[in-house]
Amino acid sequence: MKIAIASGKGGTGKSTVAANLAWVLARSRDIVLVDCDVEEPNLHLYFPAEETDVPVTALVPEIDFERCNFCGECGKFCRFGALAVVKDTVLTFPYLCHSCGGCALVCPRGAIKEVPRTIGKVSCSRPLPRLVLITGVLNEGEVLAPSVIKAAKVFAEGHPLIMYDASPGIACPVIDTLEGSDYCLLVTESTPFGLHDLRLAAGVAEELGIPAGVVINRSDGKDEETVAFCREHDLPILATIPFSREIASIQNRGGLIARDLPGWEERFAALSDAILEVGP
Amino acid sequence: MIICITARAGGMDAQAEQRFARAPYFTFVNTETGASESIENPLIDASGGVGPRAVQMLSDRGVTVVITGHVGGNAARALAAGGFKVFAYPGSGSVADALAAYNAGNLQPISLA
Repeated sequence: MKIAIASGKGGTGKSTVAANLAWVLARSRDIVLVDCDVEEPNLHLYFPAEETDVPVTALVPEIDFERCNFCGECGKFCRFGALAVVKDTVLTFPYLCHSCGGCALVCPRGAIKEVPRTIGKVSCSRPLPRLVLITGVLNEGEVLAPSVIKAAKVFAEGHPLIMYDASPGIACPVIDTLEGSDYCLLVTESTPFGLHDLRLAAGVAEELGIPAGVVINRSDGKDEETVAFCREHDLPILATIPFSREIASIQNRGGLIARDLPGWEERFAALSDAILEVGP
Repeated sequence: MIICITARAGGMDAQAEQRFARAPYFTFVNTETGASESIENPLIDASGGVGPRAVQMLSDRGVTVVITGHVGGNAARALAAGGFKVFAYPGSGSVADALAAYNAGNLQPISLA
């Protein structure tokens, strides 16, 4: 089963929920946790362990100046400005390139070769006997988050139980994370922004045909609007985590409430049971 | 020689624009014939990489001098490679005012390094 954790709004507690769920699941079964928030991965903070790194590359154009006649077709084609033909030279801006390969296809002289360039890495570790953590890391200034996410997901492929922690938002990186998932857990918070973005994220899961459920985090006890929204959209609320200083302080030192706060192992176990029940 | 001035709208009376590749219009002035032409910037709503694309467009049109306000890093690299002379018009006057200031030698070159 593949479980994706998303939220729309940033900072609602996706990683908190992912880390605690993974810890609880790893008590009784093998689980692979994939940090797909490649621009700011943070699950490794909960699970420090020795990592093995594998670079992720993307193909970028290289110009053969023996063949190029500066016709400008590549630069006109590239909508990302990764190539510019000015006067008698071709400039490449590799960090703007989306690796579509179009420049090489439109070049009438066969003067463009695609060469790999490192844009990030995938780090693998085994912080617990039954937990493997795979972290996608996009290098600063790079744009191709989806390539690193896809690579990180490939490393987990074939395992019976995989959990993907998505980035905030609902753009390409989140779509790429959710793709192929059997279930989407949406983490929201008791704020108007939390509900606004829950609406968006729930829409994405629906569009992709992925069944979803909701966790309300940092609940101030006044969740009527969120509850009403979930009822209207047939989204079960699987857990509510209160806004509490005690929880925050455990979080802040990289702790896991399921492990460090009495009563929470059981609550996360109930959450995991509810998710696993949906099955693939 | 063809000069490109970044502008808020078409024509010589439109206000000059401070942004380079995100300028709503480019106005081209041919100094030999005195003819001018304005085009709407097709890149205004593009998500990114507009600097290099704008420079290639100007290069294709035979522009050698650019009058604008500010130039981004990618655009600067492309402008330098293309041998453009780029000048800053910091005022809020029209395209015609910017051109007059250039002709009077009152504009500072923008460093592309």
